[in-house]
Amino acid sequence: MTPRWLRVAMWAGLAFLWLPVGLLVAYAFSADPVPFHWGGFSTRWFTALAANTRLLEAAWLSLRVAAGAATLAVLLGGATGWVLARHGPFAGRAALGALAGAPLILPEVVTGLSLLLLFVALEGATGWPEGRGALTVLLAHATLGTAYAAVVIQSRLASRDRELEEAARDLGAGPATAFATVTLPLMAPSLAAAWLLAFTLSLDDVVLASFVSGPAGTTLPVALFSMLRLGMTPEVNALATLLLAAAGVTLAAVGWLLRPRD
Amino acid sequence: MKAALRLIPGAWLALLVAAPLVLVAIMALSWQAEGVPPYSPPWAGEGINPDNLRLLAEDPHYRDALAQSLVVAALTAGFCLLIATPMGLAIARAGRGRNALLGAVLLPFWTGFLIRIGAWIGLLRDEGWINSVLRALGWIDQPLPLLYSNGAMLLGMVHAYLPFAVLPVFAAATRLDPVLEQAAADLGATPGRAFLTITLPQLLPALAAAFLLVFIPAAGEYVIPELLGPADATLVGRVLFQEFFQNRDWPVASALAVALLALLLGPIVLFQRLGRSA
Repeated sequence: MTPRWLRVAMWAGLAFLWLPVGLLVAYAFSADPVPFHWGGFSTRWFTALAANTRLLEAAWLSLRVAAGAATLAVLLGGATGWVLARHGPFAGRAALGALAGAPLILPEVVTGLSLLLLFVALEGATGWPEGRGALTVLLAHATLGTAYAAVVIQSRLASRDRELEEAARDLGAGPATAFATVTLPLMAPSLAAAWLLAFTLSLDDVVLASFVSGPAGTTLPVALFSMLRLGMTPEVNALATLLLAAAGVTLAAVGWLLRPRD
Repeated sequence: MKAALRLIPGAWLALLVAAPLVLVAIMALSWQAEGVPPYSPPWAGEGINPDNLRLLAEDPHYRDALAQSLVVAALTAGFCLLIATPMGLAIARAGRGRNALLGAVLLPFWTGFLIRIGAWIGLLRDEGWINSVLRALGWIDQPLPLLYSNGAMLLGMVHAYLPFAVLPVFAAATRLDPVLEQAAADLGATPGRAFLTITLPQLLPALAAAFLLVFIPAAGEYVIPELLGPADATLVGRVLFQEFFQNRDWPVASALAVALLALLLGPIVLFQRLGRSA
């Protein structure tokens, strides 16, 4: 039996989480130019958003950076997770685990500052990367994403027993065949979930991008941040509504990918 | 193949996680200088510069920023825990609706926190939703100055970090044995007493983990104080940004990063111990 006060507290907590967001979405459809004032139903702010080329360019850049960073993160994080889950003890295992875990726990401002110092030092020493922009943001986000992907993939591999893979080997499959036909399909949902997680992290990051992007690398969160600094506009409501819808679809996809199977 | 699997991610992480942290430590001991980039390293002739770290300990501006950040982070984590504990417990006991409720807690985490901060700006502004509702009700004549206050900042931080606190409580609550609480009730304990003497002690490690999971990132938070807090809220994240971008004092900004990490080292180690034992 769940005590009544517990359920009341839970619904109050959920209301606290959702009410601001709900109002934001509702007022995205208000015609009034003052945000959060009701002026009748209208989709004019979505139309206005579609004409805001600065934001659209930032959004397009963000999507490309996020996709690239997530792909790199799954490759690197997948390898890290695999090594940590499957390679047993080896020299440097503790160091690899600590390095992979560090970005999860370091304050964002420290990570952002440290990466900027790295890019500046690298450019000074080798001439690459030339200035800062989309590429440096991608590298920063790929590093953060790698840490998250390694955790997701490692825990999935650790929980999955290896009997199926060994059965395939017993039945005559070579290591490559066993990996491609048995292990990889079993890992696929966690790889996809890790990709989506890294993608979302990249799309949500202000601090790392503020440090490592030059004027040429304004991502959507950085653009949104500077808009919010000046206050709120109904266009932000409309943009937020679109992003929320995208996030809802993404979370449903993750839930579906990671659903328990028999 | 086996070696490449270890070496490639290992090299990536060494270059993009370990090396940058070393550079921050070096920068904290360097000298501010004219030029691009605006510093001169300890090996450029002037030697190690101990003044940046000394400045943080002596100048009240920096000392207060560090102290205030820890206070704000502790308050945020405390409030998150107050709200998250009953939420995590209730969701763990929700039976069939459990996954949907957990999704409802996590979805805001996936929606981007800037959007949620934006929502609070829209609610709290002078011409915002709360003030217009209060005015329509005739309760106020002048808008209440809600936004750009410590309260707004704390509200936004608690709202942003709450999902992080719910997760560990939920995970621990699903492992609780309901029979224990029932036994306490059978032996005459009131529900409140059963909760305090049976349930709560079993949850303590998870509550500590939840507190730290909020406290650690909240201590360095930059965006929320910047968007919701008062202009003079000097928290370490903000001061670090100011030193770096406005004053172009990279060594002092790096010294702040080193100091923040040093202050968080204890909580981080504690958090990892809790994670291992869970």
